[in-house]
Amino acid sequence: MAGTLFDKIWDAHAVRRLPNGQTQLYVGLHLIHEVTTPQAFDMLAAREWRVRAPHRTFATIDHIVPTDTQDRPFVDVMAETMATALERNCRTHGIPLFDGPSGAQGIVHVIGPELGLTQPGMTIACGDSHTSTHGAFGTLAFGIGTSQVRDVLASQCVALSPLRVRRIEVNGELSPGVYAKDVILAIIRRLGVSGGTGFAYEYAGTTLAGMSMEERMTVCNMSIEGGARMGYVNPDATTVAYLAGRRFAPQDADFEAAAARWLSFASSPDATYADRVSYDAGSIAPTVTWGTHPGQSVGVDETLPDPRALDESERRSVEEALAFMQFRAGEPMAGRRVDVAFIGSCTNGRISDLREAAAVVRGRRIAPHMRALVVPGSQHVQRAAETEGLDEVFREAGFEWRGAGCSMCLAMNPDRLHGDEVCASSSNRNFKGRQGSPTGRTLLMSPAMVAAAALAGEVVDVRTWASTEERESR
Amino acid sequence: MASSVIERVTGRAVVLRGADIDTDRIMPARFLKAVSFEGLERHLFVDDRAAARGRGKTHPLDVPSAAGSRILVCNTNFGSGSSREHAPQALFRWGFRVILAESFAEIFAGNSLAIGLVCVTASPGNVANLMEALEQNSGASLTVDIRAETVSIAGQPDLPISLPAASRRAWLSGEWDVTGLLLEDYFEVERVEARLPYLRTTSRKA
Repeated sequence: MAGTLFDKIWDAHAVRRLPNGQTQLYVGLHLIHEVTTPQAFDMLAAREWRVRAPHRTFATIDHIVPTDTQDRPFVDVMAETMATALERNCRTHGIPLFDGPSGAQGIVHVIGPELGLTQPGMTIACGDSHTSTHGAFGTLAFGIGTSQVRDVLASQCVALSPLRVRRIEVNGELSPGVYAKDVILAIIRRLGVSGGTGFAYEYAGTTLAGMSMEERMTVCNMSIEGGARMGYVNPDATTVAYLAGRRFAPQDADFEAAAARWLSFASSPDATYADRVSYDAGSIAPTVTWGTHPGQSVGVDETLPDPRALDESERRSVEEALAFMQFRAGEPMAGRRVDVAFIGSCTNGRISDLREAAAVVRGRRIAPHMRALVVPGSQHVQRAAETEGLDEVFREAGFEWRGAGCSMCLAMNPDRLHGDEVCASSSNRNFKGRQGSPTGRTLLMSPAMVAAAALAGEVVDVRTWASTEERESR
Repeated sequence: MASSVIERVTGRAVVLRGADIDTDRIMPARFLKAVSFEGLERHLFVDDRAAARGRGKTHPLDVPSAAGSRILVCNTNFGSGSSREHAPQALFRWGFRVILAESFAEIFAGNSLAIGLVCVTASPGNVANLMEALEQNSGASLTVDIRAETVSIAGQPDLPISLPAASRRAWLSGEWDVTGLLLEDYFEVERVEARLPYLRTTSRKA
C-alpha cells in the first residue's frame, strides 16, 4: 500500500463524505472516562439512542480518583456522583469498566496500551486531548469533546476533516540524562504550541526507532501541546513485541496474522508529506519549561529569555509569562527553587518512567522543604513497581507513594498546589492554574529531572548533579 | 440544541487580548467536577478575572458594557490545550455566539462547531484594528456575516474573515449538529465494519 500511515488508516475507516465536506470516520476504539461523558450519555438518553458498539467502548475512572485511598464513597461528594454516573452508564449500556476493584484501573492512556486494546491500524477516540498518546502504536488517535463523544456512542463515527502530515525525524543517540520527554519538549520549543494545527505529526528517524513503546508514548502524548491533534510512530518489531500476550491482543495464530497487517500500515518509503523537519538527537539537552505553555522551555544549562531581544508579538507573552512565574529575564534555568515534585501522569506515569526516577533517587533524601509524590499511571504500573521495590526506594527518599490516577497533573482530585508553589512536574501542561492553584507554577521536565529537583530542592542538571553532590559530600 | 441556519450575528463585542489562551484558563478543571454543563458560565475565566481584580484592574468580561455581548475578539491559538467542551459551553452559555480570532486550536474549534458557537478568523492586522476600534468605543456593535465572510463595525468598511469551508457550509445549511447525519447511512457503516479485521479478531484473554 502506498501513502502515509495517516492516509491508509483514514481510507480504511472513511464511511462517506458528509454534505458539509467533512468525512464520516469510523471509530474502531472508543475510550471513555468519568469527566467528559456524563453529559454525552444524558444527550443520548434524551434522544432515546443506544450505544452502537458497547464492545468497542471501554471505560475507566482516572481524573477524579483520590490517590491516597480509592475507598468508596469518595470524600468529595461531586467525585462520588461522577463515579456513580459512569458506573450506571456503563451498566445500562453494557460497557466494560476498569474501575478500582477490577485491578486494571488507571489513566485511560496508560491502560489502553497495557491491556492491548490499542493496536496498530485503528482509529481511536476519547474525550481527552492526550488521546494522541495511542499514536505511538501507529494509530490515528485523537481527542474529542463531549458532543463528539455522544456522536461516537450513538454512531461509532465522528465528522472530521483530514489532516496534513508533517514528518518529524529525530536521528542519532540521545545523551545520557536526556529522555523522550526532552525530545518532545525540544520539538515543541522549535515548532511552537500552535505549529501543529491542521497537522498529524509522524515521528520517525533512528532515535524514534530505537525508543521503547513507553518512550514513544511520551512523545506522541504531547503532540497536542504542539497543536497537532494526532501524532504517531510507524509500527515496527518493537510495537509487535509489546503487544504479544496482552489481554486484548489477538492470540496465537490470530496474532501472527494481525502482526503482518499491523506492519502494513506503516508509511511507505515513497510517501509524500506536507512538511518535513529534522532534529539531531545529540543536540537535545534536558529541557525545562520556564513559562505558562509547553513551548516556553530552555535547556537546563541555558538562561531564561530576555523579552527585549524579541519582536513585539512574542515580547508581550514572554513578559507576561515571566511575571506570572516570578522569574527574571536572563537568569539561569538551573537553580530555580522548587517546592513540590510530581512524578506521574499519562505523559510519564509508566513503569519505565518510575524506574528512571528511582535510579536518581535511590539511597538519597529529598530536600527538607520539599513535598514530593509519585503516582503510578495505573494499578498495573503500581503492582509492577511494588514488585521491583521501587515504592520503597521512593518512600525511603521521602516521597509519598500513591495509587493510580491523574493526580496533580490537573488537580480534579485532592492532589494540588497551594498558593504560588513551584512544582517540578513530569506532566504535560504548565498552564496558569493547571495544577489546582490559580497562582501555582509548573516546570515541566523528565521524571529523572523531577527526581533530581526533588533531591536538590531546585532545578538541577541531572547529567551532572549526582556527581557534583557526591564530590561535595566527600 | 436544535440545529438551525446561522448566517449573520450582530452584537456588541468583548476584546480579550493575549496569545495561546488555553481551555484551563477559560474553564479551570475544578469546575469540570459536574455531570451537566448547566451554570458553567458563572465560572468563565474565573481565575483570570479574580487575578485582574487582585491587581486593581477590571477583566474585559467584568466591564459593564460586556454584559449582553455576543462576540468575543481574540488573538492567536485561542482554546489551546484540553479538549474540555466545558470551555466553549461556558462561552456559549455566557451569551457569546461568535469567537473571532487570529487562529484557533483545532479541538476547540471542532467542539464549538458541534454546539453552535461560530469560530471565524481574521488577519492579525485586521484583528488589531478591530480590537483598537472596539476598545475606543466599547458600546460598538459588530456584524459577522458568514455568507459574505466579512466583519463590519458601524461606520467602517467591511473586513474579510475566513472559516473552514466545511464549517461555513454547516452554518449556512443548518447542518452543524451532525449526529443525525452520522446515523443516517447505516449500511455504509456496516460495510466499513465488515472490512476491519480487528473488529473480529480482538479477543479477550481470561
